Amino acid sequence: MTEREVVLITGSSRGIGRFLVEHFLQRGALVEGCARNPIDWELPGYTHHHVDVTNESQVKAMLSSIQRRHGRLDIAINNAGIAAMNHALLMPGETAVRILNINVLGSFLVCREAAKLMRRRNYGRIVNFSTIAVPLRLEGEALYVAAKSAVEMLTRVLAREFAPFGITVNAIGPTPIETDLIRGVPREKLQQIIDSLAIRRFGTFRDVAHVIDFFVNPASDNITGQVLYLGGGG
Amino acid sequence: MTGLPISRIELSNLVIDSLRDILEQSDRPIPTNLDEHTLLFGKGALLDSLALVTMVVELEQRIEEQFGLTLTLADDRAMSQRNSPFRSVGALVDYLEQLIGEESGSD
Repeated sequence: MTEREVVLITGSSRGIGRFLVEHFLQRGALVEGCARNPIDWELPGYTHHHVDVTNESQVKAMLSSIQRRHGRLDIAINNAGIAAMNHALLMPGETAVRILNINVLGSFLVCREAAKLMRRRNYGRIVNFSTIAVPLRLEGEALYVAAKSAVEMLTRVLAREFAPFGITVNAIGPTPIETDLIRGVPREKLQQIIDSLAIRRFGTFRDVAHVIDFFVNPASDNITGQVLYLGGGG
Repeated sequence: MTGLPISRIELSNLVIDSLRDILEQSDRPIPTNLDEHTLLFGKGALLDSLALVTMVVELEQRIEEQFGLTLTLADDRAMSQRNSPFRSVGALVDYLEQLIGEESGSD
């Protein structure tokens, strides 16, 4: 079995996921990542899987590969997600399905397969991604907010189901961060969100990594089923 | 049933070894004789629901690691069967033979 900590990060090709890859590599971990697209970069200690998280057999194959090569998984971070800003009256059904599948089904499949591997060492840390848009009930993001609400409840229920196996499941709800995810959101809408927070600034990758570091710390073994929002807007 | 890539004895041993490990890990008493008549789940059986879940996952992983077969044991069909395939070691071995037969196209 690998001596080093093994971390899985979904949606690792860019944005927060890519940042977290480097963050965990700097901690000395071996990092496994996945995305629907191939990547044009390499980092020592990082292995990329070309995986769609909504595809059950691809997710299973990725976790089997981690088991075969490392014999362990310590941390899984469900960062893969999509949003689409649109009034509900104009939301195409196909887009709605994609939003639900990637955010909810994808998170579930990765949680399930990660937990199967983690339970063998009776230890694991899973972190899911929600959003500040849930407590803000953000107009124009009905499907995204609904999907992330589902992720929050998934987090709370899985926290109970996985607790007997030494696995904690928590979620982070970031404020808007300047990534591709909010590329299509009008500037004034983003400012409106920022203005509704206690701490009125955009979030940073470092803010997210800080919360994740707290959740995945071995000392956080009595912290599970929690959703932590950045910015004081929750 | 013939032509399966795994013999019944191998499957039976796999189930019994997994059962023994699950009982050991959960600090439950291990009966002297574990065989195909051993009751797994239900009245007077060895496993509670959490231990059964663990057993199912453990078996899926061992079958994949030892025989390279990816099976899903707890699908909707298994859960809706009147005679649960998880009631005894023997019933589970029967069920594994059936699934492996379907997977390897030898049925």
